[in-house]
Amino acid sequence: MSRNLALGAILSSLVVLAALTSFVWTPYDHAAMNIPDKLQTPNATHWFGTDHFGRDMFSMIMVGARTSIAVALLAVGIGMALGVPLGLAAAARKGTWADELIMRGNDLVFAFPSLVIAILITAVFGPGAVNAIIAIGIFNIPVFARITRGAALSLWEREFIMAARVAGKGAARISAEHILPNVLNLLIVQGTIQFSLGILAEAGLSYVGLGAQPPLPSWGRMLADAQTMVSFAPHMALIPGVAIILTVLGLNLMGDGLRDWLDPRLRVTRG
Amino acid sequence: MLRYSLKRLLSLILSLAVASLVIFFVIEVAPGDPASFMLGINAQPDTVAALRAELGLDVPKAERYLAWVGGMVTGDFGTSYTYRTPVARMIADRLWVSLPLALYALMLSTLIACPAGIYAAARRGRPGDAVVMGATQLGVAVPNFWFAMMLVLVFAINLRWFGAGGFAGWDKGLLTGLHSLTLPAIALALPQAAILARVMRSALLDILGEDFMRTARAKGLSRRQALWRHAVRNALIPVLTIIGLQFSFLLAGAIIIEQVFYLPGLGRLVFQAISARDLIVVESVVMLLVFAVITVNFMVDLAYALVDPRLRART
Repeated sequence: MSRNLALGAILSSLVVLAALTSFVWTPYDHAAMNIPDKLQTPNATHWFGTDHFGRDMFSMIMVGARTSIAVALLAVGIGMALGVPLGLAAAARKGTWADELIMRGNDLVFAFPSLVIAILITAVFGPGAVNAIIAIGIFNIPVFARITRGAALSLWEREFIMAARVAGKGAARISAEHILPNVLNLLIVQGTIQFSLGILAEAGLSYVGLGAQPPLPSWGRMLADAQTMVSFAPHMALIPGVAIILTVLGLNLMGDGLRDWLDPRLRVTRG
Repeated sequence: MLRYSLKRLLSLILSLAVASLVIFFVIEVAPGDPASFMLGINAQPDTVAALRAELGLDVPKAERYLAWVGGMVTGDFGTSYTYRTPVARMIADRLWVSLPLALYALMLSTLIACPAGIYAAARRGRPGDAVVMGATQLGVAVPNFWFAMMLVLVFAINLRWFGAGGFAGWDKGLLTGLHSLTLPAIALALPQAAILARVMRSALLDILGEDFMRTARAKGLSRRQALWRHAVRNALIPVLTIIGLQFSFLLAGAIIIEQVFYLPGLGRLVFQAISARDLIVVESVVMLLVFAVITVNFMVDLAYALVDPRLRART
């Protein structure tokens, strides 16, 4: 296991652990306001300090991790659940109108950055964390469809697929039984990357008010609150920012490490 | 090339048409009638009906869609429900902030990324490469709006080199305008520069392994000469593609950065429009952003085909 993979796995596990622990324990109630204690810098009683309402920032970061992870994970789920079957279908029907339709549809969805999708959804249904999930999820669909189709196309040329066809298996069964297991590594790596992009996107959407709404804590919202206080309480901006950076960095390192580890060609050349 | 261009143009028009349909009908689903929203809950039904007629909301949807698209082609985006001014003029005013910001950021990102990528590739595996790659890994992980806040903290609040927000306006002079866009542009450029530097490095590394590079060295060019004369020029193809793609993302990203610096750009316009249910403004700004992405992709495709004839043959 490479150094990248180990470091990435440690960072990501810490964030997941914080999120899971927050279900049963946080040092303080993350929503409890305590005005006399407001704007404290990190100290022994409040490890990450307190915000302008005197809420404990450490507890808010722990619960915020939950929001970030849930939004990004569900968005990856939507992207995979719809994108992978579309990619497999396009590859199985390479060059036909179905392939063309799927790929042009992909291009179209690609033209809508997740922020733009979020703006559209918010204009219709109002802001909320679910919007963020849908917006980032829709953006993920063409990513997974493209990568699945690309990888599946080269597999369809291989002899073991020919053998399966000779054995009488249909395109759908070959896609499910032979193509999918062989593109799974690629999907895991891409899933990690989209997961980290999802964390960043959720933070951005919540920051501009299109994502998680109060009282649901979110790192992006914490940064929005910190904006007007950055001159006299910089810790309010620094801490959620560092939390986002370490999470994304961890996931990216893990993605890079996984790619090296799962790609057999790289393993062979490394000897 | 002509056949390829025509085919791509047709697909561009089709994509724009479908995108406009999607945007129009998604917004049409929006619960809440703009006319009742504007007049408040105590409005008389006939007043609401009169306003609906004035805003053109009583016309069938298909007709309104055609009028909207037809208007946009001729530069008439309709009239804002809340401000009662032409949407096209509102967007044009805001574009004078958002577009220069995106271009400024694109320029900065290219100026930072290309030298960094070339430097890293030329020193592959050495400490210089590791430092650049480490920096890009960090750059990709930093949310641009957070970086923007840190820039404000250091350069506006502590050092007082820049204002903490707001836009002086271009009528105060080009330099004053650019000065107020500098911090936002740096914040916007950083993550893009990190991505671009990685693309530049990996494109160069691919090319450094090619036979023609060995030939270049064999005919007596030094490593540095071979790198600059042959490798960098070839690596520019993928790099230009990414630069093209980044522009549209920078325009969308500018929307978030504008919030940090209180810039009167497209972002502020669209968020105000959402809260005021000024749907025609939301519709038009979203269409404009999508138009930018689709058109830039189209131009990148054409430029790519111009440089690499194999692509034309394939489609």
